[in-house]
Amino acid sequence: MNFVWAFLVGGAICVVGQLLLDLTSLTPARILVLYVVSGVVLSALGWYGPLAEFAGAGATVPLIGFGHLLAQGVLESVERLGLLGAFTGGFSAASAGICGSLTAGVLAALLFKSRDQN
Amino acid sequence: MRRGDTLCFEKAPVIRAFAAVGGKREGRGPLRRGFDRLYTDNYLGQPSWEKAEQALQSSCLEQLLQKAGLGPGGVDLVFAGDLQSQCTASSYAMRGLDAPFAGLYGACSTMAEALGLAACMAWAGLGQQILALTSSHFCAAERQFRTPLDYGGKRTPTAQWTATAAGGCLVSPAGQGVRIKAVTFGRVRDYGVKDISNMGAAMAPAAIQTLLHFFADTGARAAQFDGLYTGDLGRVGSRLLAKLAEKEGLELPLHRDCGCLLYGEGPESIGAGGSGAGCSASVLAAHILPRLLSGQEKRVLFMATGSLMSQTTFLQKESIPCIAHLVELESPLNGVKEEEE
Repeated sequence: MNFVWAFLVGGAICVVGQLLLDLTSLTPARILVLYVVSGVVLSALGWYGPLAEFAGAGATVPLIGFGHLLAQGVLESVERLGLLGAFTGGFSAASAGICGSLTAGVLAALLFKSRDQN
Repeated sequence: MRRGDTLCFEKAPVIRAFAAVGGKREGRGPLRRGFDRLYTDNYLGQPSWEKAEQALQSSCLEQLLQKAGLGPGGVDLVFAGDLQSQCTASSYAMRGLDAPFAGLYGACSTMAEALGLAACMAWAGLGQQILALTSSHFCAAERQFRTPLDYGGKRTPTAQWTATAAGGCLVSPAGQGVRIKAVTFGRVRDYGVKDISNMGAAMAPAAIQTLLHFFADTGARAAQFDGLYTGDLGRVGSRLLAKLAEKEGLELPLHRDCGCLLYGEGPESIGAGGSGAGCSASVLAAHILPRLLSGQEKRVLFMATGSLMSQTTFLQKESIPCIAHLVELESPLNGVKEEEE
């Protein structure tokens, strides 16, 4: 059942993104930023935590989950370090994801060549 | 002779030879048989998309000279253009041709602009062999105007597909071939459209403007022509053109769009149709000119439209200024048939 909910919730989040692409003139980059920022806001309001617990990776893997991670990281660091935590917390919490994607990006650029979409 | 915005040539220059080359998707489209050379690898063996477009244009040039039986030294003047910033695909390709060269930028309208200028020069006797040549490459254009392919962005449904193609014509003051009867250079029109994913809508007002000028200047009627080919309004822009024409009391039943013709309605069909400087050029050389040569069509209007924004003005949220240039083409068999009758 966990998988079903992860699939449904994650899928629903992606459907919203697809609809934004199809029905508005928003560029993909703007939608990405919109997702991250709304993740931060939803998480700060305390709404995203319960969803992440309920749907697991279905809620944490889409980009909103990344915003959630940033917000939670900041909250934790502020508790430990005070105001400085507001600056360090987000990146500390997201460091694995950011380094991982950078490394993957470099590897992909080294190993592969871009192709046309034909 | 000049009538309004339209330049009418009493002694019409001719298109002595023409050539079209295309990429992979063009090679699967309905016009594939009209192309002189088709590439299955859109890199054309080059390390970058930009170099691939240069190679594409060089290849078209080579085909054209070969068909015309002309050595590189025989070219008097080249009008060439493309979509890459600073017109680089043409300039780099011209390193391989030792001939006088004037680079043009008219976005998707470049072929009509080049052909019109070539006709003027030929008519004035300023050259015997004048080339009009344009190209575009999907991958190079995506990098420049939208996002690099590596980024993997999704395209909106109204976005047109930049053709990976090049087309060229050799214009001479006289001889055998399709005749260039008249040219109307367009005026810039800007109706405030800002969406570069919807350029067909931006260009339609420029197209109707040029068309109205041509009809008013020459006194011709739409019914006298066997075809009106627009360069890359796409499906969205074509619908708009029909609406605008209706408002002006103009009926355009024979209107077809190069962007829609290149990929057709079949499996290669693309949301809004093709575009790019190479799109109208290759459709002209692969489809329109052969039909005129064989007499299937006697008189047609070739009108290429262009969106004249840059990536910088787009990011600064400027609207898109557009233009449309028109060239009237006549089959070499046109007069012949009338005499027979």
